[in-house]
Amino acid sequence: MKDNQFVIRLEQVSKSFGNKRVLDQVSFRVARGSAFCILGRSGTGKSVTLKLMIGLIRPEQGKIFIADQEITGLESRELPPVRKAVGFLFQSAALFDSISVGENVAFPLRRHTNKSEKEIQEYAHKKLEQVGLENEYDRLPADLSGGMRKRAALARALALDPPILLVDEPSAGLDPITSAEIDNLLLRLNSEKDTTLVVVTHNIPSARRIGDELLVLHEGHIIAQGTANELDQSEHKVVREFMRSIQAG
Amino acid sequence: MFEFISSQVVVGLAWAGEVSLFGLRAIREALRPPYEMRELIRQVYEVGWRSVPLITVAGFAVGIVMSMHSRSSLERFGAEAMIPTVLALSMVREIGPLVAALLVSGRVGAGIGAELGGMRVTEQIDALESLAVDSFKYLVVTRVMACVIVQPILTTVMSFTGIVGGYLAETVISGLSFRLYFDRAFSSMEFVDYIPATLKTMVFGFIIGTVSSYLGYNTKGGAEGVGRASTLSVVLTSILLIVTNVVLVKIIIFLFPEGLG
Repeated sequence: MKDNQFVIRLEQVSKSFGNKRVLDQVSFRVARGSAFCILGRSGTGKSVTLKLMIGLIRPEQGKIFIADQEITGLESRELPPVRKAVGFLFQSAALFDSISVGENVAFPLRRHTNKSEKEIQEYAHKKLEQVGLENEYDRLPADLSGGMRKRAALARALALDPPILLVDEPSAGLDPITSAEIDNLLLRLNSEKDTTLVVVTHNIPSARRIGDELLVLHEGHIIAQGTANELDQSEHKVVREFMRSIQAG
Repeated sequence: MFEFISSQVVVGLAWAGEVSLFGLRAIREALRPPYEMRELIRQVYEVGWRSVPLITVAGFAVGIVMSMHSRSSLERFGAEAMIPTVLALSMVREIGPLVAALLVSGRVGAGIGAELGGMRVTEQIDALESLAVDSFKYLVVTRVMACVIVQPILTTVMSFTGIVGGYLAETVISGLSFRLYFDRAFSSMEFVDYIPATLKTMVFGFIIGTVSSYLGYNTKGGAEGVGRASTLSVVLTSILLIVTNVVLVKIIIFLFPEGLG
């Protein structure tokens, strides 16, 4: 494939926190319109990788490209145009807790579009409807369940219709049914809107459901990458353990 | 022991340097468009308008107490007639600015430290950045500016309610008329008493906004970190306000010696 078919590229990226090397010269590419899952045990740098992709943290070494634009050299004030093209669903949902769910979704529309107030509210309602929260516009995030908060955060992340969506642990803290609902929402986005998904997860059944391609991080390195079937055949001990948990899950 | 003290001094100086850079960044970003007017107005309301009840009640109480103390002192010299003048000058020059700043640092400083700290540990600041919003400009600059804008106004409210409180105490004790009280209160007051003392509170507002925003914005360590940011905001801003006040009073006396008269 040509480089321009890959909307995200990491080249030799390294990141440390204190003395701990979280990522060590990691390189991979994510194809446009694909669903890419990053797996690994806790503390292996999965969430760090996502945050690096929108410049929330900076690597010590290496280059990161989003849609052919290198973001590693950009100043803070140069990052917003890149970030408008990338939605981010946080593990904790990270909804603004002082404003209503609807206002959370309307927030990026107010900031970055020229829509009228009426259009913004209609659009925010539409986005909430897409995630099954059409009746929760006026509720505060604290009044929602964990799954509803995740869905509301997904609606906010999708408010600007970004072509890329980064998702951090979509099933963390959720029951299997709610987790499957979130997976289905992500799959629908990927198939209907051609949104490129990068999903960090521990949940192997979920990764198998969503991912066209899976990548396993271990101790700062990529130890396996491929389809779920290819990973099933891996001889690496850690990868095999992950695959067993697929069967168990 | 010496090594411990010197290492703590170095840590303190490093912290002061970081806060100063943070404050300078806030000034620089405040001058650079786009301006977050909507959020600034919201913060002026939160920091200013919502502090008015506290400032009013406190000013009133301070005025009454000041009047009672002044009376007990001035009575000895047969100078009760000076009570309105003494009270008005002390409220406007010193008590109003400093007490208003300390009250705002308690209410607003703790609030900013806790709010930004909470947003940091729950990833809401990262979420703002991910939505292509400059979180520093949106959260920090607006709060610092709001503190700078409202502090002189709150100080004026505090001084005025203090003078009114003094009048109530006086009229109950001596039956002094409203008109005579205010004639005496403002007879010796000039703009040089009011303007420098009130404008110095913009510096107080800057200290409250900067220190509490710095502590909140850089919070680490979950709920414990948020609590620490909130408490430290009050403690450090209070100390800094008192120390800075000494320096500012000296500068005002140097620049406006006629205000001493």
